[in-house]
Amino acid sequence: MEAEWAKYIGAGIATLGMAGAALGVSNIFSNFLTGALRNPSAAPSQTGNLIFGFAVTEALGIFSFLVALILLFVA
Amino acid sequence: MAGTDPIHQFVIEDMIPIHLSGDGTAGSGLNLSFTNSSLFMVATVVAVSAYMLLAPGKRSLVPNRLQLTSELMYEFIANMLRSSAGKQGMVFFPFVFSLFAFILVANLFGMVPYFFTVTSHIIVTFALAMLVISVVTIYGFAKHGLKFFKLFAPSGIPAPVLLIVVPIEVVSFLSRPISLSVRLFGNILAGHITLKVFTGFVVSLGAAGFLGWLGALLPLTMGVALTALEFLVAAVQAYVFAVLTSMYLNDAVHPSH
Repeated sequence: MEAEWAKYIGAGIATLGMAGAALGVSNIFSNFLTGALRNPSAAPSQTGNLIFGFAVTEALGIFSFLVALILLFVA
Repeated sequence: MAGTDPIHQFVIEDMIPIHLSGDGTAGSGLNLSFTNSSLFMVATVVAVSAYMLLAPGKRSLVPNRLQLTSELMYEFIANMLRSSAGKQGMVFFPFVFSLFAFILVANLFGMVPYFFTVTSHIIVTFALAMLVISVVTIYGFAKHGLKFFKLFAPSGIPAPVLLIVVPIEVVSFLSRPISLSVRLFGNILAGHITLKVFTGFVVSLGAAGFLGWLGALLPLTMGVALTALEFLVAAVQAYVFAVLTSMYLNDAVHPSH
């Protein structure tokens, strides 16, 4: 039965990875806002890069979610 | 429990069973059944094709609203591909546009209650990602031959550093199909589970009498907000998939950075 508990504990620990993704995503958006407020005319041309950076960073948070899912339903 | 089970929405059911071998039970033999997933893939393709065929209408110089929406979508993807893969990359425009339209409409279909979300299954997104990576690899080798390997060795880097950079580039190239597919699949799956969990709270709180009804207002508001967020995610993920596809295609078109 201990293996069953370890699964849930492991899945819970895996969600901690989202903290890193949160830091990364907030970093991207705060830096974008800082830059956009300094030079608003250049901001619209950078939304593509913003979304791209956001998606690449956010994917790492999704990976930790995936690890949790694998632990819960596959392992 | 079936009403509030957050995983239940992803169950694949046979609609027209086609079992080529095996005894018809789950996991035995070759199962080519037409499932609810297949139905929504067909529906997505039909919807996209019908829209893109009908929306341009008479192709007038001064477009009406419907024609304008389809032209905006075309211009959006065309500009994106041109800016990231250059003029030579435009040969891939039909490919990237089809991918974008398919993923966007499949994601948006998933937002309709009781509809099946095609992109919430990793096999679907992984097949799309492998298609992209195969196109990149095959086109890269066909166009540039062995020069395609320059992709792994960026120019202007001293030889000792190359020892570190080349393995990193190889690993990053090999992990592309995984990250590309898991990003789309994970976002859609996580979003839909979160939606179901929060709206499930409404049901279980609502069963607890008058105070429960008051308490249920909270998750209900959250559910509405999350639905709006999921529409954003559906569009953003389709866009991100298209952007990354065109960046990878850029590698195939111009491998020497």
